[in-house]
Amino acid sequence: MSGILKIALKLLVNDRSKFIALLVGITFAVFLMIMMMSMFSGILSRSSSSVYNIGAKIWVMDPAVNNATSSIPMPDYVLSTARSIDGVKYAVPIYFGNALVKLKSGAYQAVSVVGLDDATLYGRPELIEGKIEDIYAESAFFVVKDAEFKKLESPAIGTEFEINDHRGLVVGLAKVASGGLFGIPTVYTTYNRAITYIPSMRFTTSYILIEPKHDTDIPFIQQQIKKLGYQALTRDQFVNKISDFYTYQTGMGMNVLMMTAISFIVGLSISGQTFYTFILENMERFGALKAIGAKGHELIAMILFQASFTALIGYGLGVGLASGLMILAKLRLPSYAAQVTYTNLIFAFVMVLIMAGVSSYIGVRKVLQIQPFDIFRG
Amino acid sequence: MGNVAIKANALIKWFGEGETKTIAVKSASFEANFGELLYIVGPSGSGKTTLLSMISGILKPNEGSVLVEGKDIWQMKSDDIADLRLHKIGFVFQDYHLFPRLTTVENVAIPLILKKMDWNEAIKVALEYLEIVGLKDRAQLQPVKLSGGEQQRVAIARAIAGHPDILIFDEPTASLDGDTGRKIVEFIKTKILNAERCVIIVTHDSRIYEYADSIMKMEDGNIIGFERNTLHVA
Ligand SMILES: Nc1ncnc2c1ncn2[C@@H]1O[C@H](COP(=O)(O)OP(=O)(O)O)[C@@H](O)[C@H]1O
Ligand SMILES: [Mg+2]
Repeated sequence: MSGILKIALKLLVNDRSKFIALLVGITFAVFLMIMMMSMFSGILSRSSSSVYNIGAKIWVMDPAVNNATSSIPMPDYVLSTARSIDGVKYAVPIYFGNALVKLKSGAYQAVSVVGLDDATLYGRPELIEGKIEDIYAESAFFVVKDAEFKKLESPAIGTEFEINDHRGLVVGLAKVASGGLFGIPTVYTTYNRAITYIPSMRFTTSYILIEPKHDTDIPFIQQQIKKLGYQALTRDQFVNKISDFYTYQTGMGMNVLMMTAISFIVGLSISGQTFYTFILENMERFGALKAIGAKGHELIAMILFQASFTALIGYGLGVGLASGLMILAKLRLPSYAAQVTYTNLIFAFVMVLIMAGVSSYIGVRKVLQIQPFDIFRG
Repeated sequence: MGNVAIKANALIKWFGEGETKTIAVKSASFEANFGELLYIVGPSGSGKTTLLSMISGILKPNEGSVLVEGKDIWQMKSDDIADLRLHKIGFVFQDYHLFPRLTTVENVAIPLILKKMDWNEAIKVALEYLEIVGLKDRAQLQPVKLSGGEQQRVAIARAIAGHPDILIFDEPTASLDGDTGRKIVEFIKTKILNAERCVIIVTHDSRIYEYADSIMKMEDGNIIGFERNTLHVA
């Protein structure tokens, strides 16, 4: 490190109380921003968990669907038409629904039920216990072993339960990539069993999953589905649609945006103020340096260094604090929906850089105005 | 008496405009030579600090010119003037201006660090200068822990650490008791002044006049006298 930056560092760090105040301001702002954005990301990614878990390339749905779990059943002709579109390798129905399970203890527990196409089992989860063929056995269900698994009293293969007054039998345990948002367990069965067990309206197909022959066929398939009055979305498009729904139509996005903005403003004002006071208190030092022969760009480098050093440490502390709290929360609440994403980290980092930038700008302006003569005169 | 270190030509400096205009220095011309200890004396407000600032590249005059070792400094770019201050001129400010958050030795090292000397090297050299002013054992203390006279010596060590040809002291003894002030000036005279150096001291402390080679008197912005010291001791 160049000597002049070392001086800058000592001037900053040896002023304990002000340095700590600066760190607290930035740490606090980063902490709040990361927490808010991570909760939001967590919720968003959970809200699309079924889309990720099923893994199909194309999802056909009613255009009014905006959320994976609230599907609108489609008539059977959509499926048969989809199968006849050029470029479709295969198209299968999938069922999403909810049911009430009565456990051995006599307690009731809501579950979400995924019904897989009987012929292909397309979209099936990865099994950790049991054999996939067993799903065709009488009353057979796979239970997803996720954070909500305990709510079904941790069943094993052979455990029986009642589901909507029908008998259910656990034939396997499955795992999925991502847990759901609503804190209820998930079970898988065949499409036909699902629609027999769960009361439904005239139509039963929640979504049609399509595997295209080539990815280049996707636009044509989408076009053809559109002609039917339905919508075919790629996985990413569907995920975006769900995210948009939560972000813009539930008020959640707005709240997160507001909280993030407030954290930023609070952080900026605390750290900006403190840094400004710090610069003011050190005017004499900067003036003396200037009189001795420090050049303008050296003083600017000192201030930028002080601001960015504080910003980086505050950023590290804030990220650490937020991650620590999330780890703690996850220990207590396994399905706690918060995730620190690179986007969040980068966003918070940019915000911190802006804080440092604004603070240094004020500082630099002040310091460049210093007349060493005023120092000299005493 | 050696070569001319500083030559001031008809320097004029005023502050403010119109009603509030104060002319701090009115057409000052003089020369200071290497090997010379020059005093600038005069009552408070007579323009001494203003004049010092103009001849040392800190305050731009409204009129007139300053030659430092023959170079017209106010024709130079501001970064070059900063370099000139760093390499040729050492300052001891009226109230020391030591850095309270740095140790004594770090304070002394500042000009060396500004000259891009490596940190450890600079601290080493600074220690030698602290030894010269007799404060080596105070190196790791903060300046506030030192007495006024000791702080003044630290400021002197800082001023000479950069090997300047010209040393400028603004009222170095003003806040010291008579004995300490005398010792400081004696020290400057015997240890710091040499044939390659020019030392200018602003003071209105008559107790130390005897050490001067020349004395320049100022009053109300004018130089009213320049004489070889008759009280001269050494
Ligand atoms: N920045 C300034 N603005 C206005 N007046 C000033 C300024 N600096 C000095 N002066 C005025 O110039 C005159 C000379 O000041 P100075 O050089 O500090 O005197 P000395 O050092 O001899 O006490 C004084 O009248 C002082 O008030
Ligand atoms: Mg003065």
